[in-house]
Amino acid sequence: MSDLWSLMVGLRVTKTYFLDPQVTVRYPWKAVSNIASYKGHLELVSAKAPGKPKCISCGMCALACPSNCLTVVKRKAPKPTPEQAQAEAEAKARGERPKDKTPKDPEQFLYDYTLCSLCGTCMENCPVGALAFTGSTYLAGYSREDFHFDLVQVLKNQAGLEGVDESAAPEAAESEA
Amino acid sequence: MTSYQNTDHLAGDFYTQNFAKTAGEGNLILNLGPQHPSTHGVLRVVVELDGEYIMRAEPVLGYLHRMHEKMAEVKTAAQFIPNMGRVDYGHALGWNWAFVGAAEKLGGIEVPERAEYIRVITCELNRIASHLLWWGAYLLDLGAFTPIMYAFDDREKVLDILQIPTGSRLTYSYYRIGGVAQDLNADCIRRIQEFIPWFRSRLPMYKDLVSDNIILRKRIEGIGAIEQDTCRRYGATGPVARGSGIDYDVRRAQPYSVYPKLDFVVPTSELKDARGRYDVRMIEMEQSLRIIEQALDLMPEGEVLVKGAPKPSWKVPAGETYFAVEGARGKIGAYVVSDGGKNIYRTKLRAPGFCNLSLFAEVSQGTILADAVAILGSLDLIIPEIDR
Amino acid sequence: MNAIPAELLRIIIGLVAIAVSVGLIGLVMVWVERKVAGHIQRRPGPYEVGPNGLIQPLCDALKLVGKQLFMPKGADPILFWLAPVLAFLPVLLLFLPLPVGDGLQTLDVNLGLLLILAFSGLAVLSVLLAGWASNNKYGLLGAARGVAQAVAYEIPLLLSVLAVSFVAGSLDLAHVVKLQGTWPWNWNIMTQPLAFLIYIVSALGETNRAPFDLPEAESELTAGFHTEYSGMGFGMFFLAEYANMVVVCSVATALFLGGWHGPVLPGPVWFVLKVSALMLLMVFVRWTYPRVRFDQLLVINWKWLLPLAVANLLLTAFFVKLAQFA
Repeated sequence: MSDLWSLMVGLRVTKTYFLDPQVTVRYPWKAVSNIASYKGHLELVSAKAPGKPKCISCGMCALACPSNCLTVVKRKAPKPTPEQAQAEAEAKARGERPKDKTPKDPEQFLYDYTLCSLCGTCMENCPVGALAFTGSTYLAGYSREDFHFDLVQVLKNQAGLEGVDESAAPEAAESEA
Repeated sequence: MTSYQNTDHLAGDFYTQNFAKTAGEGNLILNLGPQHPSTHGVLRVVVELDGEYIMRAEPVLGYLHRMHEKMAEVKTAAQFIPNMGRVDYGHALGWNWAFVGAAEKLGGIEVPERAEYIRVITCELNRIASHLLWWGAYLLDLGAFTPIMYAFDDREKVLDILQIPTGSRLTYSYYRIGGVAQDLNADCIRRIQEFIPWFRSRLPMYKDLVSDNIILRKRIEGIGAIEQDTCRRYGATGPVARGSGIDYDVRRAQPYSVYPKLDFVVPTSELKDARGRYDVRMIEMEQSLRIIEQALDLMPEGEVLVKGAPKPSWKVPAGETYFAVEGARGKIGAYVVSDGGKNIYRTKLRAPGFCNLSLFAEVSQGTILADAVAILGSLDLIIPEIDR
Repeated sequence: MNAIPAELLRIIIGLVAIAVSVGLIGLVMVWVERKVAGHIQRRPGPYEVGPNGLIQPLCDALKLVGKQLFMPKGADPILFWLAPVLAFLPVLLLFLPLPVGDGLQTLDVNLGLLLILAFSGLAVLSVLLAGWASNNKYGLLGAARGVAQAVAYEIPLLLSVLAVSFVAGSLDLAHVVKLQGTWPWNWNIMTQPLAFLIYIVSALGETNRAPFDLPEAESELTAGFHTEYSGMGFGMFFLAEYANMVVVCSVATALFLGGWHGPVLPGPVWFVLKVSALMLLMVFVRWTYPRVRFDQLLVINWKWLLPLAVANLLLTAFFVKLAQFA
């Protein structure tokens, strides 16, 4: 008899839940509220000047990445003006080492999101803290190239600066977050 | 009429053909899987049926082999940790711990105490999440469609809690060699403290709706009795072994981290059948809550990553060692061999599911097909960890 | 004009009404089931398509109609396509003797119950044909189980219904309903509570509803006897299942819950309300309990329901005879 009673108890439980409010969050009209701590894809952190990343192109992140999804393209040294060239030659003649006037920030920071496993190793091993996770969970695209980012361009677009737009889609995807 | 006798399906593949060679007359060879509605993963079981009774059953593995151990050979120790989150997504932090523990043992690195407590808290939370997933999926196999929704509702809370320090919800790579990646902030601790009493209040509902239900009891009592001897022969661990009465828990047998300081009960059951394993897991969830409570109280302040923690380019000192943790499914082990080079020379991962699944062939003989599904569910298999 | 007899006209109108209402019932029941299932599980169920998901079943029906009808290789075409038709056709006949209101049944026949019980047996044949003609191991297993289950659960169903007709002295549904009163304490459920319980359980078994839905066990045998059906073939089975559910609940209402009797509101409204209440109970039961294993299913029938139904019948017969002598 107690066995049959257990059936009634079960029905009582479902009846209780039938009358309870729903827990579903009706995406996309409503969004969940706990995105802040979620690791989205990477982004570069800007230094004091907006649009200029803190990154010093050391390449530690690319070495550390387990999935080989980062490529840092350093800037080439700028062509010196005639006066600068002469000053350098004089300094060399004196035996001094010429100062490297190449800007440290990367020319391109290629990030293949299709390979990234969101482990955070790159971010933790950056000596200047130039990488951060966005919380962008609503990223979507139509092709694989949509997820091959150049984070320098992305940062420039975020800051509103003119940048050569190599891949149009990330911009659209970024602004959705 | 030959048009009705379609014999193409009898040709089968390698496994079916070799299986069929010893089949009795008129027995049906059936493939359960690899695409199976029961959410175990990609498991294929070739069974020989005599009417409804299983004469022989043979699991066929390898459909989800992703070569994790090979990947370990081309990565440094720190780079391999994300892999460990993906071997078994049910209890990813347990696998994290096994590998990181082995690397720390080889490197002689001591983990700060706060990090140890954080590891205990997060690992036990992950165990609760894993057991909830098992519970919901098991009942789905047995035909009850609502408990999985309730289980996932609770699981969402655990995942929200674990999202705060780790940033992920399922495949965590949170532990680092020498500690953990991030501290638990005040928000996270508050949420854990709210979660514990709330989950305790949910457990009686599970009992009312499911555990005491006569239909469920008839489905899992007396099914799949595994003798202690069988467990020992196959090396079964975890709730499968404890459900048969073997009192073996890695946290007690080979204590690691701060578990000796924590007071909890390791449940065993004398029932030996699927009901025993079910009960063991339900009690384990409660005990995990106890552990988390105590760990929160005892947790000291301090750093969470040891000073001078290895960088990604750290070379593991030469040597070999084995480190095991108690996972939701059993004893998770990592045997790491290093020759002092850049990459780890060899990592052998011991998956508890592999030994638990091997029991199935013996245990399922003579049972009904519906019972075979119940037994498979009670073993709590996650195929990705079996195939690695 | 005067060549059409009134009886025939009545049956034709009734059949048209039944056909329309069976279609509507299918649509409404699908929506109700999914919504109730959703709310039990604390989720909304369908809410996108149409206001609150009301058009969802219609879209599903249109989708099913638009699907390609194909047959597995090696299946027998005649039997394969006969099975869903056979599942659905008798259902229309089953609605004929149901008294929806006072004097509102399509067919005045004094063997109404016998008609219903006889034609519901045809559903068993359709299950067998579906499984056999599919040329599929899973289908065959499911069909074998389905036949065993349906045949088994017919007997307590019959015996419990027979107990009620002993008391009423007639197999005519309209007559049985007339003998009951307006208020719940005048209904047959008061005099035959055990028969009601047996009837409900047997009804769940007959219509292959959970927790007795092993022939369609999704987790074990990938949909059992209707594995190979897609599109409208599956739609017919689906519709037939819901229609069967309605028939069974209607018979329960007529026999045990006083049919169209009730205070204030008109008869048909009460009938619909009571049938809906029973259907809701069946939906709730489906989403609460796990599935009963097949041999346990048969054990429940042969070891519990059948002896209880026989005992109930004997007791009823005894008391009826006693009342006759008194």
